[in-house]
Amino acid sequence: MQIPAAFEYERATSVEHALELLHARGPEARLLAGGHSLLPMMKLRLAAPEALVDIDALAGELGYVREEGDEVRIGAMTRHRDILESGLVAARLTIFTDAEKLIADPVVRNRGTIGGALCQADPAEDLSAVCAVLRARLVVRGLDGERTLTMQELHRGPYETTIGDAEMLVEIRVPLHMGGGSAYEKVKRRVGDWAIAAAGAAVRLEGGTIADAGVALTAVGGDVMSERAQASLVGRPPTEDAFAAAATLAAEDCSPTTDQRGSAEYKRHLAHELTLRALRSATARALREEI
Amino acid sequence: MQVTLTINGEERSADVEPRTLLVHFIRDDLDLTGTHWGCDTSNCGACVVLVDGVPVKSCTMLAATAAGHEIGTVEGLEQDGVLDPIQQGFIDQHGLQCGFCTPGMLITARALLDANPNPTDAEIREAISGQICRCTGYTNIVKAVRWAADHATAATPGS
Repeated sequence: MQIPAAFEYERATSVEHALELLHARGPEARLLAGGHSLLPMMKLRLAAPEALVDIDALAGELGYVREEGDEVRIGAMTRHRDILESGLVAARLTIFTDAEKLIADPVVRNRGTIGGALCQADPAEDLSAVCAVLRARLVVRGLDGERTLTMQELHRGPYETTIGDAEMLVEIRVPLHMGGGSAYEKVKRRVGDWAIAAAGAAVRLEGGTIADAGVALTAVGGDVMSERAQASLVGRPPTEDAFAAAATLAAEDCSPTTDQRGSAEYKRHLAHELTLRALRSATARALREEI
Repeated sequence: MQVTLTINGEERSADVEPRTLLVHFIRDDLDLTGTHWGCDTSNCGACVVLVDGVPVKSCTMLAATAAGHEIGTVEGLEQDGVLDPIQQGFIDQHGLQCGFCTPGMLITARALLDANPNPTDAEIREAISGQICRCTGYTNIVKAVRWAADHATAATPGS
């Protein structure tokens, strides 16, 4: 039987309340959002927080997807299912819909949240790459106010973020400029499993050339975002040659490890092939949007 | 801590540790053993219950989180001796062999049909894709859900 180690339990009724509880409980307290990352870690004793601040009741306050100006704002407690079923996301941030379809399974998606997924910082978690590709900004609130981070600034390393003890991620702001021309490709062994490898890509076309590009990988180690792959695409026409060159750079820059899901060599092959496919699909979508 | 929730329309309460998972609360504290406890890792789906009408894997939710919410389990499907069409469908279409996965399958299928009364086979397969049947009975499970969709109001046993 898998049961978490004992902890003190608090239930927050607002963001302010959650922050106060975190402040009062100190560094050994953790937020419990949808629970589908943290509770499994606690059952395996990989995590043993002294106190949990349950923010399930904030699913209303922090559960939303809305367009504001040139970005889409997603509340941190928005469930995977609600992102998957959002027409706005499907039309304007297609890569999110691609990724959400393949995250865990439908019942898990009923509970898991985007904020919980990003803050878990699991190297095999999909939305980190998705947010990196689209240059999302993460709004982190503390008792003294808010600060905004990039994905690179959020993640310190596997399972570690730069969010402070009495801070919480409240909103994900996703710029729309590349959202329509974006795609995510993933290979996993079966429904519910983590990715063996996955790649996300986005392009913005201007007059037949790539004006901006995003490329990021999941579950293959190293930095999520491939800066060299991105840079190689900018200024070039969206051709197979350009995609292949970018995919080669992305595969070179990743550092997969051999595990039960596959060999490092196979994962590097996937990184190349999935980057290629994501770039093709993202470009096809960007071209459709232009028409 | 005292956890009070509504289960199958009845308010129930028990004093449990905060770390108590909803599946154990339902089975051990409320004595409703229809909900099965399977893999413990949110993979198999034997423990699926409804939380405010939404299917949830109860091995991966604290009872404390469920406090104040409406829980629905397999025991709540039958009404006044009349089986829910989804239960009747599993009987008519041989949707179970050992029966271990059945409570979760029934709950997920009920929620699917409530949201989408006439799903395609692909939609049924997607809905139950987070649940494992080790008797390899998926074909008959899909048929059973299809049967329930086609007999939404014909819930008389043996019909």
